[in-house]
Amino acid sequence: MSAMTPELERKLGTAVERMPAFPRSVQRVLELTRNINCLPKELVAVIEKDPVMTVKILKVINSAYYSLPSKITSVGQSVVYLGINTIKNLALGFAAVGILPRMNAAGFDVQRYLLHSLVVGGVARQLATQFAKGEADSGDCYIAGLLHDFGKVVFAQFLAAEFRDALTHSAEHSVPLHEAEKTVIGVDHGLVGALLAKRWAFPVHLVDCIRDHHNPLAEPSVMMDCLRVADQVVRLREIGDSGNPWRATEACAAAERFGDDIEALAAKIGSLDKIVEDAMMFAQVGKEE
Amino acid sequence: MKIHFWGVRGSIPSPGPHTFRYGGNTTCIEVRSDDGSLIILDAGTGIFPLAQALLKQMPVQAQVFITHTHWDHIQGLPFFTQLYIPGNTVRIHGGYDVVAGRGIDQIMEVQLQYSYFPVREVEMMARIEYETLSIGEPVTVGDATVTPLLLNHPVVNFGYRVACNGKSVFFTGDHEAWTNMYAPQDEGYAEYQQMIDAQQGQLDQALAGLDVLIADSSYTAAEYATKVGWGHGTLEGNIAWARRLGVKKLICTHHEPTRSDDDLERAFAAALEAAEYAPGRPGEPEILLSREGLELVL
Repeated sequence: MSAMTPELERKLGTAVERMPAFPRSVQRVLELTRNINCLPKELVAVIEKDPVMTVKILKVINSAYYSLPSKITSVGQSVVYLGINTIKNLALGFAAVGILPRMNAAGFDVQRYLLHSLVVGGVARQLATQFAKGEADSGDCYIAGLLHDFGKVVFAQFLAAEFRDALTHSAEHSVPLHEAEKTVIGVDHGLVGALLAKRWAFPVHLVDCIRDHHNPLAEPSVMMDCLRVADQVVRLREIGDSGNPWRATEACAAAERFGDDIEALAAKIGSLDKIVEDAMMFAQVGKEE
Repeated sequence: MKIHFWGVRGSIPSPGPHTFRYGGNTTCIEVRSDDGSLIILDAGTGIFPLAQALLKQMPVQAQVFITHTHWDHIQGLPFFTQLYIPGNTVRIHGGYDVVAGRGIDQIMEVQLQYSYFPVREVEMMARIEYETLSIGEPVTVGDATVTPLLLNHPVVNFGYRVACNGKSVFFTGDHEAWTNMYAPQDEGYAEYQQMIDAQQGQLDQALAGLDVLIADSSYTAAEYATKVGWGHGTLEGNIAWARRLGVKKLICTHHEPTRSDDDLERAFAAALEAAEYAPGRPGEPEILLSREGLELVL
């Protein structure tokens, strides 16, 4: 595994404080909060579809100020602890930071990234419910899917030139993006996402899952199985874009649980229309894409 | 342990002939531990008559615990005369405001902005200390301990459990029992209900063995229907809670500022009747309305 220099770690560590949220959620938060009687569940639905707002909320709730007995992984649970008004005011604060530009100097399309993350989250949750009931928390699987590639959006925002080179390297040399990141930047997006998640005191199982989702030697977990296979299914169906141009035929990442035929599994999961439709509306990605 | 109510009104001071019997000052409760240590729960306008009463004592060591920083719970703080007297120590405890990103140390700085109050904090001659509390971590005051528990209000609100030599009292500050933000037919309903039940269960567990519950009882159950999410409790809800906890006494407080004494008594009587209150029945808590001057000895 490549090393993270202290300078890189420092740079990335402070990055997300300044990271703006996605356009649709900023717009919806501003719309909803104009009405004093806005429905809490509508606000939660917006926040939990935005990886930036979600990590910022989870960061607050898991901070030392609350010293909660167990780590919190859902926006809903954060509402129980902090109350909807506090969540609303935090969200307004995040909205005030600005809007994540769709195109950045890295040439990474954050809206299509968002679509990818939302659908992977949705599929991971469905896999957990459908095939691993009682073994993995479906809410945790959703969060793992939503945040698994968070490192990429951090790269695009704060290490744009290096990340652009990694994207090019991946395309030109036909290697997976995470390998290209290691070659060009020194670390992959999993490690960066995990570093941040750890810094924000996220639960260990979530940190591990984000860090190791591309590491075949990592200790397996049910949540990791659901995440990896969801990622594969979504790439197979070509929904959204994680920035990874690599399309080698892959064996199922968790054959023991899901069978070795990823196409058959995709068929077994059934229609993803509702997940995709919701995600598209939120990511503001047109159907033509 | 002794408890003295100096302010029992919610939202805004409401003096006048209609509130004469229960009082118009906003929240302030004095608790004296067995060794006489002074604990003040909230600094609504009721803290001013308390300050007058304390003038006979010198020097004063006061531990003020702020449930939350809404006006009706802090309005009297700059009029806590003991803050101006050299030799006194006033230690102010409270929660961390995640929206402002500040601890309780900001309370007076915000409140004493020069356009709004003529005295600056540096001109207050008592020793003033601040302590931002963590949920569930007890603070020792003399022979008592005060434990903050996170409740449900539009801002972070701590309820405080004060325990001394085996007796204990809990004051909610402002609190609305957790409600499900989803409708029963919504997808997230069951999961959210589980979270709420767990939260309520944890609170009840933290209050096991409690003697006296002092609870925000702003509304009647009927009034509550249009006030969901405002962060306040009901008479009926607190009667049920007190019974569930098995406390000996429930004191209903934070009276609505628009309620006259007669209205308050009518609402209270109706709630007791609806709950089939049976004073004296084994296990039934004694239930009272708070009023200025009410004293309890535990």
